[in-house]
Amino acid sequence: MTETATVPTPAPGTPATGAGRREGLLRAALRLRRTRAGLVLTALVLGVALLGPLLAPHSPTEFVAAPFSGPADGMPFGSDQLGRDVLSRFLHGGLTVLGLAAAATAIGVGFGALLGVVAGYRRGVLDEIVMRTGDVVLAFPQLVAALLFLSIIGPKLWLLVLVVGVSHVPRTARVVREATLKVVEQDFVKAAEAIGVRRAKIMAGELLPNVSSALAVELGLRLTYSIGLVAGLGFLGLGLQPPTADWGLMINENRIAVTVQAWAVALPVSAVALLTVGTNLITDGLARASIGIDRGVRS
Amino acid sequence: MSGDVVLDVAGLRVVGLPSKAEIVTEVDLTLGRGEVLGLVGESGSGKTTLGLALLAHAKRGTSIASGSVTVCGRDLLTLPAEEVRRARGRTVAYIPQSPASALNPALRIGTQLRECLNGSASREAHREEEGEERVQEVLREVALPDTPDFIRRYPHQLSGGQQQRIAIAMAFIGRPELIVLDEPTTGLDVTTQRHVLETVRRMCEGYGASGVYISHDMAVVAGIADRLAVMYSGRVVEAGTAEAVLAAPRHPYTARLLLAVPDLAAEREMTGIPGHAPSPLARPGGCAFAPRCELAEDRCRAEQPAPVEVTVGHTVRCVKPGSPPAPRPATPLRAGDGGGAPVLEVRGLSARYGRTEVLSGIELTVPAGECVALLGESGSGKTTLSRAIVGLHPEFDGEILLDGEALAHGSYRRTEEQRRRVQYVFQNPYEALNPRKTVRELVLGPVRVLRGRVADPDAVVRDALERASLRGDLAGRYPDQLSGGERQRVAIARALATGPDLLICDEITSSLDVSVQSSIVELLRELQRRDGLSLLFVTHDIALVRNLAQHVAVLEDGRIVESGPVERVFTTPDHPYTRSLIDDTPHFTPAFARLDSRD
Ligand code: SF4
Repeated sequence: MTETATVPTPAPGTPATGAGRREGLLRAALRLRRTRAGLVLTALVLGVALLGPLLAPHSPTEFVAAPFSGPADGMPFGSDQLGRDVLSRFLHGGLTVLGLAAAATAIGVGFGALLGVVAGYRRGVLDEIVMRTGDVVLAFPQLVAALLFLSIIGPKLWLLVLVVGVSHVPRTARVVREATLKVVEQDFVKAAEAIGVRRAKIMAGELLPNVSSALAVELGLRLTYSIGLVAGLGFLGLGLQPPTADWGLMINENRIAVTVQAWAVALPVSAVALLTVGTNLITDGLARASIGIDRGVRS
Repeated sequence: MSGDVVLDVAGLRVVGLPSKAEIVTEVDLTLGRGEVLGLVGESGSGKTTLGLALLAHAKRGTSIASGSVTVCGRDLLTLPAEEVRRARGRTVAYIPQSPASALNPALRIGTQLRECLNGSASREAHREEEGEERVQEVLREVALPDTPDFIRRYPHQLSGGQQQRIAIAMAFIGRPELIVLDEPTTGLDVTTQRHVLETVRRMCEGYGASGVYISHDMAVVAGIADRLAVMYSGRVVEAGTAEAVLAAPRHPYTARLLLAVPDLAAEREMTGIPGHAPSPLARPGGCAFAPRCELAEDRCRAEQPAPVEVTVGHTVRCVKPGSPPAPRPATPLRAGDGGGAPVLEVRGLSARYGRTEVLSGIELTVPAGECVALLGESGSGKTTLSRAIVGLHPEFDGEILLDGEALAHGSYRRTEEQRRRVQYVFQNPYEALNPRKTVRELVLGPVRVLRGRVADPDAVVRDALERASLRGDLAGRYPDQLSGGERQRVAIARALATGPDLLICDEITSSLDVSVQSSIVELLRELQRRDGLSLLFVTHDIALVRNLAQHVAVLEDGRIVESGPVERVFTTPDHPYTRSLIDDTPHFTPAFARLDSRD
């Protein structure tokens, strides 16, 4: 919230401090070409997912042609295994992937950040418990853990979001804890303790804003993983159920005929690929900007 | 005679990338064999950049744009990279600020010294045993033991002073022609500093090597340099023999810089230079010092003053190289009779970190309205003591009384009123302010916690900034838009805003330039005189104690070895440690700044 504050110009006649406010993380990241490329890719896929349902020529569940027919008039990418319009299903199927991935990321990163800051600040037994529990969770590969729960309880959307989200918590907590440890050492935290600012307020006001760079990078990274996981679980049939249009599901439904009707697989695959590459490039840009690679002396 | 010129720099310009801002510009220097040049300037003056350029090195984000650096007849800037690399160590050597960064923690010091030798001379000339001998010889020269046992040690087994000597030995072992030293005594105690300076001086003489000694501290440089070059805003504004410059500085900046050095006798007033050096990105046209110069006129701002030779070999970049301003006698501190009721008493305090005792049997009293200095080197336990007083180090035995009432050990267990009355200012202004908050938020935060809702927050901020001599319009800025001195004033303003009775200042000037340090000390004196604030001033700098405090307690290894009125302790120190502190501090009064030489 502070990034937009305007910089007052020094009064005339006083020596200029010269030191302009160091540009915010986002601004610095935007100077990098990779960040901008990532934004374009992400925006492209996001646009398709958000606006797609409005532009689709058909309903995603309407039968318009024989199964696996090739491209024809009004059906530029042909039909799928049940004879529904591939383009319409593609345009409708993005929102669910994105929505689920975003929700899972929010849960995972939010909760992980909370734990990380608390563990890094309070240390002691609490820190031990949080970090050791995290180690146990980390011992299971993300996908395996998700498969386990989803196959026991059944493919429920809330569970999918929860499982993917929780699998992010220990990694995020670890990163945020590291960042917090560095900030805790600084004197402004001690200054707040000396005057008796409440601990919760110290964490929210002094620590959290100062780990925001690490958090931003983590957010991007976890989003990238979430997209892959959600699409992957959808492909395995553990996400949305037919006949809903969903990119992961589409790939699964149409893979048998990939040699005959490649579009029904190619469209969702490339969208997921472009999206993960895009978010990854942004993340990389943020990470580079936050450690100050490529920062020179600028006017 | 050209054979005797070791270093010749001409028209050197270093710019930042990609803005092309000039960090160092129009630098011409010459240095003869065996001479030491003191390169003095405040932070941001470009002195370190210039020092590195002498090794044909440019930090990331900068590049050497033009000019020449000729060492013994070879221009380093035109040599191929491979030859420059070989010249480093053999022809020019560098001693950095912190020796720890120059030494490889994983290698024995003997190995590191031998490596410098191999890198510096053709291998066959230095066979194994000769190398061994050379290592021992150079160790003896820097006054370290040359025993095999010592040679096999790792850097972490040495003290800071020993590490710095190893760094010096590494620089000299290849017998270079030129040595660049970048504030090599920062962070060392005064006794070690004196030894290191003597070693450097002796080594330069013994080897016939020339030295460039970079520092912000005139007092240190004056003791070692034959020639002085004063840098301001990327340019050398005054250069000449040390004698000439110190006796009669002709550039207003040099004169002010000399007057900013605290007077050990506390007879002359230490005057800071208002304002601060401009950043390379926002240098004014014309003389860069004009915004801070009392003598500035329109023509100063119109164009960059060209160097003028005032006497042979003494050049000044000023349109009116005049006589320096007269030093002013110090206004006496308010008399410290110690009769006032004590604000703070520390009784029989001991504290430990794990198993090691860092403080024991501490007795300390701060009378109301007076300043008590706690004098000690790093590691003496002075920071632990001051943190215990403010409640940040609750693990101690003994008592701390505020107005006769015992304080709880931890800050969270003290009352709001107690927390308000004792405020703490931290050493490093770069870490003491949350970078995500504006000055206004920083100042108001503690007030809201300790005094609840305030009727007129703007007035509180304005008043606090004013008391810390800061412009009110800084309220909207973030810490990274402020200079070091301004940040420290913000930290002081933050403490003052809550209306404390006692201010604990923990080495608050040690990371600031001398000129800024002087103005902070002025401010503290003012606060004491005008507002009757009591101060506990924690420092390692004996000259500051003399200029600020009525009482002093000398801390050595966790014990107070001597305490009493400042006058008494300085004139007749009882304890040998106090005596060594007084003797090893550079006594520095340039001829022109002596009070008696005028009238
Ligand atoms: S040129 Fe002018 S402004 Fe600069 S130092 Fe000299 S008198 Fe001051």
